[in-house]
Amino acid sequence: MSIDRMSAPELLGLNRFNVDEEEPHIIIDKEICRRCAEKPCLYVCPAVLYKLDKNGEMSFDYAGCLECGTCRVMCKNKGIIKWAYPRGTFGVSFRWG
Amino acid sequence: MTRRRVGLFLTEEEKFDVIIVGAGPAGSACAYILAREGKSVLVIERGDTPGAKNVTGGRLYTYALELLDQGLHEEAALERKVIREQIMMLSGDRAITIDYHDPSFNEEGRPPMSYTILRGVFDEWLAGKAEEMGAMVACGIRVDELIERDGRIVGVVAGEDEMYADVVIAADGVNSFMAQRAGLIEDIKAETVAVGIKEVIELPAKTIEERFNLREGQGAARLILGCTEGIHGGGFLYTNKDSISLGCVFMPEEAGQKKKSVHEIFQDVKMHPSIYPLIEGGETIEYGAHLVSEAGFRGIPKKLFREGFLMVGDAAGFVINTGYSIRGIDLAIVSGIAAARAVIGAEGTAAAGPLYMEELKKIKLLPTMQAQDGFSDILETAWLYDKVPDLAADVFENLFTVTGEVPGSVKKDVMRLIRSNDLSAWQFIKLGFKGMRAL
Repeated sequence: MSIDRMSAPELLGLNRFNVDEEEPHIIIDKEICRRCAEKPCLYVCPAVLYKLDKNGEMSFDYAGCLECGTCRVMCKNKGIIKWAYPRGTFGVSFRWG
Repeated sequence: MTRRRVGLFLTEEEKFDVIIVGAGPAGSACAYILAREGKSVLVIERGDTPGAKNVTGGRLYTYALELLDQGLHEEAALERKVIREQIMMLSGDRAITIDYHDPSFNEEGRPPMSYTILRGVFDEWLAGKAEEMGAMVACGIRVDELIERDGRIVGVVAGEDEMYADVVIAADGVNSFMAQRAGLIEDIKAETVAVGIKEVIELPAKTIEERFNLREGQGAARLILGCTEGIHGGGFLYTNKDSISLGCVFMPEEAGQKKKSVHEIFQDVKMHPSIYPLIEGGETIEYGAHLVSEAGFRGIPKKLFREGFLMVGDAAGFVINTGYSIRGIDLAIVSGIAAARAVIGAEGTAAAGPLYMEELKKIKLLPTMQAQDGFSDILETAWLYDKVPDLAADVFENLFTVTGEVPGSVKKDVMRLIRSNDLSAWQFIKLGFKGMRAL
């Protein structure tokens, strides 16, 4: 494999994750997100985990989260109702960082 | 290295002298000094290993390690000593690269000025050094709450466990939930931070050395302007031993307003005709992201302590961005040392906070940040991020173009190019004045 433009899922596939299936560390309220006009999360999440589905509804998967905090800081209408670090041992583990 | 994961059931009587939240450079440096001076220290790290949650550009200025202990850099887990300081400007397909090489930065007999580093590697090494000094490093534990008694912080809660100490030190990074819990800061404001994203791209050492004109063990550090589609920010490239760290930093606020995906802009940078040949044939092995404070001295929280509680490193906003260099890891280490000195020197927990502020001055951290505070004024100039690299490339194009026609007056051409980039000489004069005032 050589250098090429890569999609976010391809890039995230290179990282080591231990997903906490029991307790999501980020929770969004789709109703609030639906009313949010700006939706900055669509553009600022480096992992591109915030997306609009076919019906224009916000979809979010915490599994590939890089734990940077940008979405929380940028969330205008507080559709992100919970943002915590994953529980100990869970989440991303950077080998190089 | 053995590390306890869970089950630190301790009573208030079995308390530590100091609990440090976070085994990054600030936390480990602090633990190193405290343990060396005989204090009982517990460092609690939420990552599986120290560094597992951390991302840098990045580089470390060596003086900070020397301050921690003389000669420490010789055994440290560092990548390459930086001998080339480079600034690159991109405009469309065009590129200008300035390469500053100064042998005096790396003279025999004294520590090289700076090294490139990878945090997964470096942080684990530094935490190991703190352990060697006698600190206990407990990984895979997330601290949830602080314990307060009579207005004083006396410990932390992690899941079911409570742990007590005379002093709790928040070394938990830019998203400092500890400082928030202590009531010393509110959550970060979007305009005070940038988001950094990067790929670590594996390449043979020989290839890196050929492409960057380096010898074995030598490295290059490059900052890139004009690669963020006009958003405040820039790119960076650091050569590691067997890899290249390539990334971009963006003000997220503007990316959101302009509706541009930071991931996509970064992928464009990777494929730029002047960047791609540097990483060609390599293989991306990791994708990371992290917030970085951009507010400088004026962004430091009003209060960095309360009784039984101190803030160090990124948690305290200790980052300097001048546009041509970025400092954070060295300041983290230095602040960790200052906090350790304060705890050791203080008589009673109430004295540690004020003493920490004194130590931060004595160790030159606060004066350094204050001296460079003016860079924030200059870096908020919007046209620096697109029009300046465009203009610079236009001027170079003009200078280097030879067609056999009679060339025009350089002065007139430059004035014309300034106008065609929607700029005016007046703007440069104003920026010059602003610069003189600020610096």
